[in-house]
Amino acid sequence: MVASAIFILDLKGKVLISRNYRGDIPIRKIEKFMPLVLAAEEEEQTLSPILSTEDGVNFLYVKHNNLYLLAMTKKNSNAVTILLFLHKLIEVFKEYFKVLEEESIRDNFVIIYELLDEMMDFGYPQTTESKILQEYITQESHQMEVQVRPPIAVTNAVSWRSEGIKYRKNEVFLDVIESVNLLVNSNGNVLRSEILGAIKMKCFLSGMPELRLGLNDKVMFETAGKTTSSKSKAIEMEDVKFHQCVRLSRFENNRTISFIPPDGEFELMSYRLSTQVKPLIWTEVIVQTHSGSRIEYQIKAKAQFKRRSTANNVTITVPVPEDADTPKFKCSMGSASYAPEKSAIVWTIKQFQGGKEFILRAHFGLPSVKNEDENQKKPPISVKFEIPYFTTSGIQVRYLKVVEKSGYQAFPWVRYITQNGDYHLRMPESVKTAKLSTI
Amino acid sequence: MSVIILFEYNTYYKAAVTKFTQNALADLRRQNFFSTAKKGENFELKADLNSEYKERRKDTVKRVIANMTIGKDVSGLFADVVKNMQTDDIELKKLVYLYLINYAKSQPELVILAVNTFVKDTDDPNPLIRALAIRTMGCLRVEEITNYLCEPLRKCLRDDNPYVRKTAAICVAKLYDLNPQLTVDNGFVSTLQEMISDSNPVVVANAVAALSEINDSSSQKGLFNINNNILAKLLAALNESTEWGQICILTTLADYVPVDEKEAETIVERVIPRLQHANASVVLSAVKVFMVYMNNNYITSEKTIQTIVKKMTPPLVTLVSDHSEIQYVALRNINLILQKRNDILNQEIRVFFCKYNDPPYVKLEKLEVMIQLCNEKNIDQVLSEFKEYCNEVDVDFVRRSVRAIGRCAIKLESAAERCVNVLLELISSHINYVLQEAIVVMKDIFRKYPHSYEGVIVNLCKNLESLDEPEAKASLIWIIGEYAEKIDNANELLEFFLENFKEESSMVQLQLITAIVKLFLKKPSQAQDSVQKILQTATQSCDNPDIRDRAYIYWRLLSTNPQATKAVVLAEKPPIESRTKIVSDSLLDELISNIGTLASVYYKPASLFGGRTGDTKIFSTPAEDADADIEGVPGTTIGGVENLLDLDFDDSAPPKSATPPSSAAPKSGMNDLLDLLNDDVPSMGNTMGLSQPTTPSTNVQNDLMNILGSSSNNNSMSSSSILSPQNSGLGGLGGLNMNMMSTPQPQPQKTIMLPANEGKGMEISAVFVKRQNKFFMELTFSNKTAQPLSEIAIQFNKNTYGLVPLAPIGINVIPPNGSKDFTLPLGTNGPVQQMNPPTLLQIAVKNNLGVYYFQHILPTSLFETQSSTPSMPNFSFNNNSSNNNSNNNSGLDGLLI
Repeated sequence: MVASAIFILDLKGKVLISRNYRGDIPIRKIEKFMPLVLAAEEEEQTLSPILSTEDGVNFLYVKHNNLYLLAMTKKNSNAVTILLFLHKLIEVFKEYFKVLEEESIRDNFVIIYELLDEMMDFGYPQTTESKILQEYITQESHQMEVQVRPPIAVTNAVSWRSEGIKYRKNEVFLDVIESVNLLVNSNGNVLRSEILGAIKMKCFLSGMPELRLGLNDKVMFETAGKTTSSKSKAIEMEDVKFHQCVRLSRFENNRTISFIPPDGEFELMSYRLSTQVKPLIWTEVIVQTHSGSRIEYQIKAKAQFKRRSTANNVTITVPVPEDADTPKFKCSMGSASYAPEKSAIVWTIKQFQGGKEFILRAHFGLPSVKNEDENQKKPPISVKFEIPYFTTSGIQVRYLKVVEKSGYQAFPWVRYITQNGDYHLRMPESVKTAKLSTI
Repeated sequence: MSVIILFEYNTYYKAAVTKFTQNALADLRRQNFFSTAKKGENFELKADLNSEYKERRKDTVKRVIANMTIGKDVSGLFADVVKNMQTDDIELKKLVYLYLINYAKSQPELVILAVNTFVKDTDDPNPLIRALAIRTMGCLRVEEITNYLCEPLRKCLRDDNPYVRKTAAICVAKLYDLNPQLTVDNGFVSTLQEMISDSNPVVVANAVAALSEINDSSSQKGLFNINNNILAKLLAALNESTEWGQICILTTLADYVPVDEKEAETIVERVIPRLQHANASVVLSAVKVFMVYMNNNYITSEKTIQTIVKKMTPPLVTLVSDHSEIQYVALRNINLILQKRNDILNQEIRVFFCKYNDPPYVKLEKLEVMIQLCNEKNIDQVLSEFKEYCNEVDVDFVRRSVRAIGRCAIKLESAAERCVNVLLELISSHINYVLQEAIVVMKDIFRKYPHSYEGVIVNLCKNLESLDEPEAKASLIWIIGEYAEKIDNANELLEFFLENFKEESSMVQLQLITAIVKLFLKKPSQAQDSVQKILQTATQSCDNPDIRDRAYIYWRLLSTNPQATKAVVLAEKPPIESRTKIVSDSLLDELISNIGTLASVYYKPASLFGGRTGDTKIFSTPAEDADADIEGVPGTTIGGVENLLDLDFDDSAPPKSATPPSSAAPKSGMNDLLDLLNDDVPSMGNTMGLSQPTTPSTNVQNDLMNILGSSSNNNSMSSSSILSPQNSGLGGLGGLNMNMMSTPQPQPQKTIMLPANEGKGMEISAVFVKRQNKFFMELTFSNKTAQPLSEIAIQFNKNTYGLVPLAPIGINVIPPNGSKDFTLPLGTNGPVQQMNPPTLLQIAVKNNLGVYYFQHILPTSLFETQSSTPSMPNFSFNNNSSNNNSNNNSGLDGLLI
């Protein structure tokens, strides 16, 4: 369960700041960390996020920007808890300092010590809600007369919200965001497609409001005994995860999502569906190499969703050989460019209406001396997009009820958006021809 | 009393310091002129710490902390910093406290000076300061102040404010870590027990965390007892705790042994909703509760198990989209869970396909899961994935992908041909490391399916010259030797390697000797010269005893009895078996109860880490005697000798997964010995890599010596030889083989538990044994009466381990003067009651003549795993075999590994 000490290191392994919680491991043992990393790199071994020294000290670490956040332990500690705590640290530090990097650690060491003291005790995670922490650990020094006290929320059952919050206008914003993960093999078969959805909230509500969220959840309709009418299609979520404010036992009993929200922005829930959906932006690439002197690409992109929706900022990245040169493009829509640092063609289409299909032809020269190294990186085609007012799963917020004892009226706003997640299509083999064709 | 004295002392101290400060300031004024850079910063800081301006002092403390942070030694300023402790400015106070935490150990005698302020602060009207003081005092870790900690701690444990109470609860664990006796004597441990009933969920969670830790590290178990009432509190707090608190409670529930199945079901019901929590650790802790309860048969109802499995699957899949580091731990655990229950996730294999941008450590773990999940239906898809992965740039990952193809071939016979085809394609790709790995894999496939894919040998041999890795070379040489009769130019191929014989690694040398002897036996005319040459070189100019000895054995065999040599060297080898098990069953059971922890990541027993001593079971106690002082609860059995061996053979860097089955083949001297010894005892080749419990290697050595000394010592062989007839003529070798196989298994003797005179003529002798982690009672009923005995039944009284008979006595009638044996399977899920001594078992037996009671002290060895606590995961054979006397490990390590 426990972490013995927490460190923040720079990329060279120098300790920027540390906190020793249990004192059971000499703090200098941290010097063994970097050699382990380097040794693994040298031997081309795969480096895992958990390393151990010969004398039984374990390092669990997360890399963030130019930093390592690292926990040290020699007990059989709960690895998931420690790694999650490190991620939580990152989250809280980011809330405090906007960017978390070497510089911000140096500039804020006093407050980091304070946070480390408050967020973990004797290796056990304590309060990690940045909203609540900000109430009693602040960057301005306190006035002598008014000493801060621990917010009640720290130890409350509702540990994520303080009492006495006031807004003149009570509003809630809901963003339903679906990310589509897709993997297509080089023959154009879909290997894997999955939707990761999230409902993010921005809560500007006074007091201690009770909220209830209604979705077109199939299981809920069934438990409630309602038959799903053809008009409101219900969706079946494979797995749902909730923010700790949601009462899980009530959800388990009758699928009611009820909660007292934290103030401000947070992720209320996430869900997963692995139903096969038609890939939203379909991309086909035909590659032709001509006697080793040049290479041609024909890229076809098709928007496979309803005409009334439009995908914004579509970016299709197609990898090309590292030694390709003199790019030439011709496209029916958007703009194409060559990104040598990524060895890829980047094709951007600002607005891509549903049902449309566009083509890009690209042409590169290849050096006459062939690259000896056969085993070049073969990254897949990746596609980025954003489709507003549309969800792939068809999830709908049916209602959001807000009840507060003062009886104010609150205004919920809902927005839907679908975007790419890990959206990859593997490159097909190139066709070798000797025939010349013109662009 | 002591506090008051201290206070006075402190006043004195303050006066002294003030005086000192004045002097220092005077000094400063004088010396400022002369002060050089050498006198330096600390001197300046010292002056500023004693400044009359508050802001200045505060800034200076900040500077001191800044220096401390960058690793400069500022311990010399101790007294000056501590003086700033008494302040209303919380931020300044925190900084001074922080300084104290860092330097208390280096200045223990000065820390005493701070105690008074600490004690005062625990009385501050502001709960933040009270908590801060008690928290920091616990962190100082100085023996001298533990006594001063007790009174404030007692006060804080009963504070009105939950923030202070939750901090104090953890402080008890801190104190226990420093001075267990003092903590118990002050009644803090029982206070913690009471705090589980606290109205505040955060306090409950921290009390649980502290108690679990104390229970784990204590030699005296039973400091954390759960009764009905406490269980109810825990379950209630589960809904209201913070995410971290929930993890503590779930961990405790997983260690708890429910009284009966009904209670277990209630717990499961309350834990199920946790699977929907966004925190991956909460989810995995819930999964742990379920897996432990199913594994230990706390839950046996098929319906409940079905529900659990159904509920568990989607959250496990979701873990694979968490942060990469979390994915890694989750995947390692999913692999364990799959070995236990292969019915989950079998529809979900696509989830584990590697993404291009997955970090390498995630990809490798996904490969493992894919191998576990592959079956006849999805193998084509899986193979095409593996093939795709072989095109990536990460060499380690590509190699593992090639091996994965081989492992699938060995796992699924029907798909083996398709796997071989993919491997051939890879071989023709001419990427050097892919080629070498593919050859190693092909060797395994030949071992598994002898004579099946001989057509591909030509393709393999074409690449002879591009091999530079010992394992690939050795594999190809083995293949050539094995199929020498089918390869026309086998002699040329082997001679190619013979040229550089002396420079090769021992693995290649050993293989080459065997291969050439094989060739000679198959085609004497072709290899006459080579065999002469290699045996000569090996015996005369090799320093490695393994190689020399092998050459000697062959030589002697060939010169005495070529026919017998054939029987030995060319004998059928047992096919290697697919090994989808990543750990032995007993280790698996232990790892299941450690899901989510480092043990489950390394696949090593928890007892090898500091702290936890393996068994952390928490038993239920009746409410009334919750405070009773209970004798230790010895461990249930987890991993015996087998694990120890496991560890020894798997001593690679922990994060690496277990050695794949393929490496069980000709990698080592041992395997070659197997070749040589014609081991027709199935599974030998595998068990060597795994868990043959006791193979006294000295015997091997002795027998080897025997062979070398004289080739005819048949008479020393006992008749119980398990050799096949074909090589029974080989005395010395037979002996070697036999000696290796006849592992001394201590057979426990039955003892008379119920003498005939007490059992109205029925005598019962019995013994308790444990096999494959299950307990049995071997019984012999003897009828010394003149009439038949019938209606025999047995019952156990409640006992420490919850032992219960799982079946009725299956004996109908025992004839007069007859006796009957019966093996009674035992469960450990019966009612539990602490016995004194804990190993006491009271037994009642009934027959048609009456009821008889007797008792028996169970052998503690039955429940023990390892009584020694080996220091750390520095897994060395010698360390761990200390109480395992049959592990005679002297010499010849090379042969065993």
